[in-house]
Amino acid sequence: MAEVTDLLLMQGISKTFPGVHALANVDFSLHRGEIHALMGENGAGKSTLIKVLTGVERQNEGIILFDGKEIQPRSPLQAQALGISTVYQEVNLCPNLSVAENILLGREPHRFGGVDWRALNRRASEILTWLDVDIDVRQSLGAYPVAIQQMVAISRALEISAKILILDEPTSSLSAYETEKLFEVMRKLKSEGMGIVFITHFLDQVYAVADRITVLRNGQLVGTFATAALPRYELVAKMIGRNLTELEDMSRLKEASGQELASEPTLQTRGLGHIGTLHPIDLDLYSGEVLGFAGLLGSGRTEVANLLFGVDKADSGTLTVNGKPVEKPSPLHSIQIGRAYCPEDRKADGIVGDLSVRENIILAIQASRGWFKYLERDKQVAIAERYIQVLNISTPSTEQLVKNLSGGNQQKVILARWLATEPNILILDEPTRGIDIGAKAEIQKLVLTLATEGKACIFISSELDEVLRTSHRVIVMRDHAKVAELVGNEIDEEKIMQTIAGETP
Amino acid sequence: MSTKFNLDRKFLPMLVSIGLFLLLYLYGIVQYKGFSSPQVFFNLLIDNAFLLITSIGMTFVILSGGIDLSVGAVIAFTTVFSAFLLETTGLSPAVVIPLVLLIGVAQGAFVGTIIHYFKVQPFIVTLASMFFFRGMCFVISTDAITITNEFYRAVALFRIPLIGKTFISINVVIVLVVLLVALYLAHLTRFGRTVYAIGGSEQSALLMGLPVARTKILVYTLNGFCSALAGVVFSIYMLSGYGLYTTGLELDAIASVVIGGTMLTGGVGYVIGTVFGVLIQGLIQTIIMFQGDLNSWWTKIVVGLLTLFFIALQSAFAARSKSRLAASTQKTLAMHAPTSAAAGAQK
Repeated sequence: MAEVTDLLLMQGISKTFPGVHALANVDFSLHRGEIHALMGENGAGKSTLIKVLTGVERQNEGIILFDGKEIQPRSPLQAQALGISTVYQEVNLCPNLSVAENILLGREPHRFGGVDWRALNRRASEILTWLDVDIDVRQSLGAYPVAIQQMVAISRALEISAKILILDEPTSSLSAYETEKLFEVMRKLKSEGMGIVFITHFLDQVYAVADRITVLRNGQLVGTFATAALPRYELVAKMIGRNLTELEDMSRLKEASGQELASEPTLQTRGLGHIGTLHPIDLDLYSGEVLGFAGLLGSGRTEVANLLFGVDKADSGTLTVNGKPVEKPSPLHSIQIGRAYCPEDRKADGIVGDLSVRENIILAIQASRGWFKYLERDKQVAIAERYIQVLNISTPSTEQLVKNLSGGNQQKVILARWLATEPNILILDEPTRGIDIGAKAEIQKLVLTLATEGKACIFISSELDEVLRTSHRVIVMRDHAKVAELVGNEIDEEKIMQTIAGETP
Repeated sequence: MSTKFNLDRKFLPMLVSIGLFLLLYLYGIVQYKGFSSPQVFFNLLIDNAFLLITSIGMTFVILSGGIDLSVGAVIAFTTVFSAFLLETTGLSPAVVIPLVLLIGVAQGAFVGTIIHYFKVQPFIVTLASMFFFRGMCFVISTDAITITNEFYRAVALFRIPLIGKTFISINVVIVLVVLLVALYLAHLTRFGRTVYAIGGSEQSALLMGLPVARTKILVYTLNGFCSALAGVVFSIYMLSGYGLYTTGLELDAIASVVIGGTMLTGGVGYVIGTVFGVLIQGLIQTIIMFQGDLNSWWTKIVVGLLTLFFIALQSAFAARSKSRLAASTQKTLAMHAPTSAAAGAQK
């Protein structure tokens, strides 16, 4: 039933990989001037659908109609030529080239047998100005933050005069402000009649911009819904395919933990600060509680974690663990006194993709034992198996390479690495970024379970509802300083947002 | 768009090497009598012509994120094969020179094709090529062959007079032509910009729809041509061909490129920087010569230290620009954060 307004119609798309039905009879349509969210957990088939559309993979069955004509792109290049452009989560541009080159290279203007740099720069700034981005296009792309790089990627797509723009998790490394800027651009493109496919894990964002939502689960189409007609809870239920007892479990767990706190804090800081990155901060962390950190990206949350764990050295103040002052903090010392830190950027700071799940899990234990006290192989396997079970890591065996696991499972492997050291204090910086709702809930639940076992956790996250759900106390950061500490009934979304915004409620 | 010219940080390593060259030059002038003669500078060009040519070719290879170990062997092969053809078969230079250049081109194209289509590390492929050509030298002749050809001798002895009593050789003119062509290729053609793009991120270049395969093969082809041309220049300079010439020259070329401020990881660097990288090495040699009581191997020691210094410098710049980026991100956030959060609160 191809309507005239359908810019794109994918019908009965099926794709099988050896042993896996990645997509089974999926329909997808996109109108002109529409933002269409594609939702689903990791492995639901979103990426496969996009890959079919952009010519990276070929479907086994089904047809794609673009502007009413059947198409079969064989490569991303061909898809681009047809007017289908993709902006990926990790920006696929060249950081060493200038902004202008990144937008126009391949279609650069020539003059007298050479590249016409003046025309090139002028054209590039015209496009960016249209997107409300005012930057020096002659600078290297790498000198700009990811948000700008994403705008540059979109500009490149515009320059190819795309009719369909696919945004694959564009917001996962953007701040709230940057995300809002991106949405403005998306609405502008929409009003020009472009069809936008928007893939994201953030529910808020879907409700902020999307006109329709298509939900996939396990390679099957769950349905396409008008955003206004689909309440959030229903959307979540459709995505994970079960009702929300897990969330209820969690609130029960939260009740259970955080009740009896020790009289002495297990970790205490007084005036701990670092010039330029963190104003002196006072903190008390008790065993058996989860201490949440709210605040915008760059508000100083990660800096606190780095100081606490000894990654960075403090310029002022004291850090006391279990009543003993820590004179020379270092990550190794922190591990030895029973602390663990799961950093924000797991690709860069955490996971070793070419090692197996087992090797990744035992890494921190081995480091704390010293490299010469080799942990026996069967003990390693036993530890790995235990945490694979506890954390519900889906991997065929302990010997699978970590890079072959999905993002959520990689994150769980990092958690397992630190849990295996049996820490008393666990610092988690954005432990659920970029992973799907089901895995998020499991990790949140796990954090609360640890608290009931008497461990102290610091939980840093950009997603407010997550902080609200897990934390017994919340510290709000703004402009590299602690601005408030909220306890019990004070912890609500509105209050935290106002505090972040700097309005006195 | 701001109209003020901002000095991009990517120029810094190159500016450091230019500064270093000027400093060394000044040191030479102050320290040694006769160093200030312009001929000292021209001799730098005359004596290093072949290294300049091959290093310029190497710059493109390294900019694309690759490496080529075969250049020394290809240069030696070119000298031996040219000498053999000229002396034994009596072929005219008008045939010999195009022929050896063609061999260099074919060698580069072949190596580039293997590297790209069979996805083999450039290190290994060019290492194989290096052994092959070094071996071929001795298949042709185990001894040095003196070139007696009239044309070669005439070119070798020809002095192009400049101001005063100074002069340059024809080889220097060849270098200048190669340099101009290289600058044009690097900065004013799609080929050149694609080389930079591939060095920045091959995957991205591919997704941006740039001709990655063609460009990579062309880069090695260009370098093959440059090494053969350096071989011709070197046989004119030495007036002989020998299989033991220019052993390890590929490493001198790589060092020149690095000292000239090009990142070994590819994507960042300038042809002009490489020229100064070569000249710095030549200058150190000249200073040691003027000093008189130092072993010429000290050049290698200084070059080694310099290479290390430049690599450290590059990682320092890389680390600094990363933290600068973080700082600027925080600044923009701090500026806009309250309004956006307030907008969120109103929802």
